[in-house]
Amino acid sequence: MPDAAPLMPRKTSDGGSKTPRDRLLPGALRLERLALQVAGRLLVNIEKLTLDPRSVTVIMGPNGAGKSLFLRLVHGLIPPTQGWISWGEVACGEATRSTQAMVFQKPVLLRRSVAANIDFVLRRRAGTKAERRARCDELLTRVGLAGQAQQPARLLSGGEQQRLALARALATRPKVLLLDEPTASLDPASVQMIEQIVLASSAEQTKVIFVTHDVGQARRLAGDVAFLHHGQLVEYGPATAFFANPSSEAAKAYLSGRIVL
Amino acid sequence: MQDFAGAFGLAFGLIASGDADLFEIVGLSMRVSLMALLLSCLIGFPIGALLVVRKFFGRGIVIALVNSMMGFPPVVIGLLIYLVLSRAGPMGWLGLLYSPTAMIIAQTVLIAPIVAALSRQVLEALQAEYDEQFRSLGISRGRAMLALIVDGRYGLVTVALAGFGRAVAEVGAVIIVGGNIEHLTRVMTTAIALETSKGDLGMALALGIILMSIAISVNLGAGALRAIAERQAYA
Repeated sequence: MPDAAPLMPRKTSDGGSKTPRDRLLPGALRLERLALQVAGRLLVNIEKLTLDPRSVTVIMGPNGAGKSLFLRLVHGLIPPTQGWISWGEVACGEATRSTQAMVFQKPVLLRRSVAANIDFVLRRRAGTKAERRARCDELLTRVGLAGQAQQPARLLSGGEQQRLALARALATRPKVLLLDEPTASLDPASVQMIEQIVLASSAEQTKVIFVTHDVGQARRLAGDVAFLHHGQLVEYGPATAFFANPSSEAAKAYLSGRIVL
Repeated sequence: MQDFAGAFGLAFGLIASGDADLFEIVGLSMRVSLMALLLSCLIGFPIGALLVVRKFFGRGIVIALVNSMMGFPPVVIGLLIYLVLSRAGPMGWLGLLYSPTAMIIAQTVLIAPIVAALSRQVLEALQAEYDEQFRSLGISRGRAMLALIVDGRYGLVTVALAGFGRAVAEVGAVIIVGGNIEHLTRVMTTAIALETSKGDLGMALALGIILMSIAISVNLGAGALRAIAERQAYA
């Protein structure tokens, strides 16, 4: 699957973008001298990174590498200690966040019905009740929850809850979809469904950044891979090249299944 | 001892016969306390939600202040409201003293801080769970507050019941601003105090039994609600 990805970044260190126009796309993440320091510890420290604005970018790395923090930083949920982040030509902030959607590792669902969880997000946008209902049905069908629209959301299984969270994320028609290990410890059917929806969204011009530490999943999804280790960007490049011949020791060890400390 | 048994007999007799005076008093008690509860929830829930959603400067002090207002002695609140509503007071021109409205005001002042402080505690836990997701979705503060109140509904009903229990059982504030006037401002607690001192133990006990039953039903209701909430995983 990753081999078939039509668009791949050309370079690794700087400028994944192919043309100057790509830099304007809302999915064109660029950051420089990004650092996050908490209680004297440097948790994220990335000198420079420019992501391909269209591909599925998989963020890999061992536990504690700073993957989740990276995602929160670029989504604007936590401010960096220093550095500069932009999407397209817009500095990271409320404006960029409103065009993005994030799926968390543990789905946060409202204490309401499945349909009400979707409607909560849809209500922000204009639209009649009938339009919202149609959109809600469409989204629930897409994630295989059409039959459970009126159930309490919190009685769904773990996999169903995460699918609902994904449907809610897609409800805003985000330009960028950020996923933080969304399928960790879910049932295989849900994993497959989530992966398919993510790939379909990517095909529909949504930039996807997917955090995982499942190598198999990374191979299935990735157009390009960023490997983090100890908060540092160890390498970034096309998935084919990364999996065939990782350049860093840490990534080599990680891919071969050794424990990376 | 005979008095004791006799009093119970009289009490049940009054309740069973549907004594008009008795039920007038019970009715007024419920009206005043429910009205005060409604106002307190309208004031207390948004304040609780606001204290959770907005991390403004001095928030800690405000929370400490609201918390300490929970422990205000009802008699003192009665006195303060009395001063405000008495003819020489700033709102004396309204002529509200010794009216059910004055009692509603006093009970509202008494339990609104309780509702606010307890709902803040209930909503704080919810906010910790929702905060990041709401910020990711770009939910405004107002909508976040509303969503917290709606999603915390089961916890908030328990809060409201606690407030109601306090209001309906309170005597100090309502006796000062209401005056315990027969057929006008006499409620269960003030009537019990009066009838006991008069020696009409039957009436006092009948009111006491009803008051206790209300308190117990309120608690049972809270428990039942919690069970329903848990079954739907909404707790």
